[in-house]
Amino acid sequence: MSDLPRWAQEDVWRKVAIWVTAGMFVVLIILTFDSVAVITAGSERVPAYSVINQRIYYRMDRERGFQAPVIGEEAPLFGTVLTEEEAAKMVSHGKLTVQAKNCINCHTLLGNGAYYAPDLTKSWLDPAWGNEAVRESMMVKFLMDPESNARGYGTNRKMPNLDITEEEARAVVAFLKWMSSIDTTGFPAGFPAIAQEGDR
Amino acid sequence: MNSIAIGTFSMTRLSGGQQLAIKYFAVAMVLFVAQCLFGLFAGLQYVMPEFGYNWLDFSVNRMVHINAMVVWMLYGFIGSVYWLVEEEAGTELVGLKLANLAFWVLTLAVTLVVLVYLFVQTGAGEIETIWFINEGREYIEAPRWADIGIVACVLVFFYNIAATFNKGSWSGISGVLVLDLVALAGLYLAGMFYTANISMDQYWWWWVIHLWVEATWEVLVGCIMAWGLMKTLGARRVVVTTWLYIEVALMFGSGILGLGHHYFWIGTPEYWLTIGGFFSALEPIPLVAMVVHAVYDSGVHKFRNANHPALAWLIAHAFGNFFGAGVWGFMHTLPQINLYTHGTQWTSSHGHLAFFGAYATIIIAVIYLAIQKARGDVHMGAGLATGWRWKWSFTLLNVGVVGMTMALLISGYEQSFVERALEGSSWSGYFAAQSTHWYMQGMYWREVWGVVTIVGLIILLWDLVTICADEKRASPVLNKATATA
Ligand code: HEC
Ligand code: HEM
Ligand code: HEM
Ligand SMILES: [Fe+2]
Repeated sequence: MSDLPRWAQEDVWRKVAIWVTAGMFVVLIILTFDSVAVITAGSERVPAYSVINQRIYYRMDRERGFQAPVIGEEAPLFGTVLTEEEAAKMVSHGKLTVQAKNCINCHTLLGNGAYYAPDLTKSWLDPAWGNEAVRESMMVKFLMDPESNARGYGTNRKMPNLDITEEEARAVVAFLKWMSSIDTTGFPAGFPAIAQEGDR
Repeated sequence: MNSIAIGTFSMTRLSGGQQLAIKYFAVAMVLFVAQCLFGLFAGLQYVMPEFGYNWLDFSVNRMVHINAMVVWMLYGFIGSVYWLVEEEAGTELVGLKLANLAFWVLTLAVTLVVLVYLFVQTGAGEIETIWFINEGREYIEAPRWADIGIVACVLVFFYNIAATFNKGSWSGISGVLVLDLVALAGLYLAGMFYTANISMDQYWWWWVIHLWVEATWEVLVGCIMAWGLMKTLGARRVVVTTWLYIEVALMFGSGILGLGHHYFWIGTPEYWLTIGGFFSALEPIPLVAMVVHAVYDSGVHKFRNANHPALAWLIAHAFGNFFGAGVWGFMHTLPQINLYTHGTQWTSSHGHLAFFGAYATIIIAVIYLAIQKARGDVHMGAGLATGWRWKWSFTLLNVGVVGMTMALLISGYEQSFVERALEGSSWSGYFAAQSTHWYMQGMYWREVWGVVTIVGLIILLWDLVTICADEKRASPVLNKATATA
């Protein structure tokens, strides 16, 4: 063994493996502490749940070079201003519904999931809902009965009925509205957001 | 040692751990069939959306497809480790009864979970659904009760492996293996909590998914490969062990921070664009090292080996890993391109070639090694009476998956251009891409190659149960050095 050069010795490589692994893991832990703070709801990039009380835009940020969410004036969801706790409860109910109905095995959320249906990251801002005045009720209607409200754009593909109750549908809309406020570093790029009051 | 004729399949030729391994392999192959069947259903829905609408929806088919995959691969890995542990440790498994119990408990749990997926499918938007029906998070959909069961069974597995090495003897390979299993099991815990915060959810979800497939699974198959090269070629232990350490250093050195390629667009800080882009771009390096290692060793031993199908699948593993993970992964890993390919059929193209190329292949190789032994160290080299079967199944499976990969890549290009780049990923933009000619061509061809794949799989299963049944020759003894080392 010892006649081998150092770079070919088993022992040397064992130590290299251990130190490299440990080193990388420590760096990951440090970055994780930082990242978790940044993505906790209520931080700059991931707003508090009560953001659903306000209007959300997706505007070009000249300095950063891509679109980013902008939080506007008050525009309560379903016409009711919620406290932070109420908002958190509603968004959480929406998220639970998203998990319970397995939305992610057809759709992508933040770009992750399945590719059978549109990305939901900015669904709240989708121009296909028509205009601000009807959006909320259209979304609830669609989620409760996607079959009769199908678009499909010339394909036969439809979302199935998932037995979503009205309360669940409203909660899902709250979740989608909140999700659209997350700063996703410009993904999706070039998204043509719905026209809203206060647009410029 | 025993009087059963060469060529007859007999469990009595095997140690306790090896008999258990055979059970794990059997369930793995059943699930592999289920995986492909439900994959075909899901793929069919792209070209025939009426199929299964409102009773066997895409989401259900896809969930069964990818869950069956994760579970059969874990079964394959557990089986492989049980297969080699006693030989490697030089002693008997410490807790065979418990290990058998864990196998049946796990298999029962998996069966229940699948039945609930198929017949209950979804639940109300309450925490109970996550506990008892479906967690609704890709790849780790298993409800919480099953998560806990899985962890318990994995602990039994882990105890058995570590304690057996402890009773017998440790080696370089077993040291890496056991430490890697600790990490693999520990990571699963990162996926076992609920949060409303989708950014936080995906942050930890990727710890499970990425740090499994691009770190711990990769090292686990590195261990199996090291052992497999000694078995099939008679490669020297010191050589494979040194290579294993090099691979661990390179794989963990790039793959741990390579995790950042999933933190570009989920709300996480922008430094991940640099860190994730840089380190994930290095990830192909260990995969190149693995190819070099496998091919070089085969060359050194002039491809003289004791098990032709197993060696063929090991070589397929080395190349599949390199192309599926290394090349296909690299193609979309820089943030500048990932902005447009993220969440499109590109991802699916990569996912198929990587999972098949890196993991399905090596498990199949180990199963061939296992069968050779169960048939009394029978000759499994050139000139088998039914040799066409393993060659055809090998060819059809590889060609089928590569065909699907190419079809998905073309659809992926089209989708990236039309939906992501031109239309800004809106609802109508999504369907604009779905309706293009080239995109739909890809969807049809994926289904065609999918059928090729499943034909290959059926021949594989046929071969696995019949290979060498009428073979009377014994396998030649390879390099003496490994037999004793
Ligand atoms: C079986 C697959 C499937 C499942 C499961 C599914 N969807 Fe859909 N969804 C679709 C399809 C297909 C469309 C496109 C429908 C159309 O155009 O008519 C769609 C459209 C949508 C839209 C409108 C598209 C847009 O860009 O805004 C929203 C919102 C939506 N789904 C939300 C959900 C939510 C929330 C869930 C879970 C509670 C869910 N979907 C579950 C398939 C599915
Ligand atoms: C055997 C190893 C690997 C396997 C099994 C694998 C598998 C997968 C799968 C299944 C996905 C999709 C996850 C989802 O459903 O969202 C994925 C995503 C991804 N993989 Fe891999 N991968 C491997 C290695 C690699 C490597 C080495 C690289 C980079 C060099 C890479 C780069 C990526 C990227 C960038 C994504 C994100 C795609 C997107 O943005 O949608 N992968 N991988
Ligand atoms: C038998 C033929 C197969 C068919 C028809 C098929 C079809 C599909 C379909 C339709 C999807 C859903 C993709 C989407 O969301 O649009 C999928 C996902 C997936 N399949 Fe397959 N599949 C097959 C075989 C396999 C095999 C052999 C493997 C690996 C061993 C595999 C691994 C995967 C993975 C990892 C995903 C998730 C991809 C992602 O999220 O990006 N599939 N498959
Ligand atoms: Fe990754």
